Amino acid sequence: MDPHWLSATLSAARPRVVAALFRYFRDLDEAEDCFQEASLRALRAWGERGVPDDGISWLIKVGRNIGLDRYRKQSRYVASEETEPVASDPETEYVAQLDAQDYRDDMLRLLFTCCHPTLPKPQQVALALKVIAGLRVEEIAKAFLVRVKTMEQRITRAKRALGQARISHDPPSSAERDERLKAVSTAIYLLFNEGYSAAAGEAHIRVSICEEAIRLARLLLRLFPTEAEIMGLLSLCLIQHSRHRARLDASGDIVLLEHQDRGHWDRGLIAEGSVLLEKALRKRQPGPFQIQAAIASVHAQARTAEQTDWAEIVRLYALLERVHPSPVVVLNRAVAVAKVDGPAAALSLLEPLEAKLSGYFHYHGVRGALLADLGRREEALAAFRLALTHGGTAAETTHIRQKIEELGANPVIPPPA
Amino acid sequence: MLYSVLIYDTESVIDALSEEEHKARLDRHLHFQDDPRDQQELGAVVKLMPTTTAVTLRGGPIEDTVLDGPFAETKEQLLGFYLIECPSLEAAVQQVKKLPLETGAVEIRPVAYFEGGNFKNGSPLVISDP
Repeated sequence: MDPHWLSATLSAARPRVVAALFRYFRDLDEAEDCFQEASLRALRAWGERGVPDDGISWLIKVGRNIGLDRYRKQSRYVASEETEPVASDPETEYVAQLDAQDYRDDMLRLLFTCCHPTLPKPQQVALALKVIAGLRVEEIAKAFLVRVKTMEQRITRAKRALGQARISHDPPSSAERDERLKAVSTAIYLLFNEGYSAAAGEAHIRVSICEEAIRLARLLLRLFPTEAEIMGLLSLCLIQHSRHRARLDASGDIVLLEHQDRGHWDRGLIAEGSVLLEKALRKRQPGPFQIQAAIASVHAQARTAEQTDWAEIVRLYALLERVHPSPVVVLNRAVAVAKVDGPAAALSLLEPLEAKLSGYFHYHGVRGALLADLGRREEALAAFRLALTHGGTAAETTHIRQKIEELGANPVIPPPA
Repeated sequence: MLYSVLIYDTESVIDALSEEEHKARLDRHLHFQDDPRDQQELGAVVKLMPTTTAVTLRGGPIEDTVLDGPFAETKEQLLGFYLIECPSLEAAVQQVKKLPLETGAVEIRPVAYFEGGNFKNGSPLVISDP
């Protein structure tokens, strides 16, 4: 059999098999190692005879036996009945007995473990890529632009922290299931954003992070095909990702949304994202992902930046603010309000945000642009200069420097005295 | 005889293929289309969106319901189909062997009735990703 197909079959099986092995062994390393070993055996056996009818059950059974064998060898001299793991009969057809709900719970437990809220965000995304997507540590390190050793430590630390977090292996209650779904969805979106908000020059490497995030969102939606918010999550990722070819110019720098060549947007991704959004909205269970997807969809529908339906975007941000109050959402609404009602109306929305967003690049950038539009030159310049002291990607800071130049001032910030 | 060529495979496996493998797969589909296209025996080329975009309507005793997902939860999913004109089943089988068949399955089912439809966006009748 073609080795490419074998490896695709194995990576597709991976989340499901690792999830089941995690259920048996309650240990991520053990589950990963046994999957690895079972995959090697599969490569030999399937390469000759082809993939069996239920390759996933085959892998689970073999992986489980590998784990049990190891356990027996290690504990030959200390074995007692209490320490003997789960089932004593390795041939038990456990897999066949799993119904769809167990299967979902298995998978959700694994996903939730990797995205456990007690882990720092960078550890969550690294672990999800390693354990679920099966990326090699070198690949993850490259995607995040850190040294392999650093990434190894990050993953080891995450696993150690999980050992202490005590994740329940009982079937979750429906409230727990909802909570887990939410945590996992959030982590997947976080991962997507890691790829999406890459700085200049790195963006091409990071497309792969977006694609892995989309793959995980697809996996989650296949598991929970009736969840409106997961449809929203996938829709949002697809529509944002549809712009990935238009987001880079010839020199690899990021192009802002309003300046992108919309002919390069991937209409196939937009179509799929829009269908998913429509399907989600029919369920009348609005949530933050669906609303953000709706906003992305309004942008996607506009043939030119000028044709954007800003009034609709204002409405959607107001709705988002209600279900998910956040100063950044207000800031985004202000940008849309400026397009509809003018800069003065937008500026008055910003005033109450000062305390919360004074350390945020975009706050000062938006404020500066509004002040410039109102002809308040000195205040605008001060705001732009403040923005430059608070980060931003290369494209964003270039944009701000242009604004400063347009006001007839020197875009190079004087060094602090 | 007009045959439908129904392509089934596991979505999660297709999803795990690399970009190069997708391209290789696409090339074989284009190769499959060459002859029927040249001989004007190509009725339709259809690639479906993933099953997560589907809804299924089911009749019930009280009212019809709209369910999320495909008609049946199966290990392999219908991913797309062709309509091709072939002189015999044997010819159809030979033609279908040009498609990627490493995994999944391709069903050849003769068409009992076919009507090209009445389509406002007519000529050329192509809807595609750019």
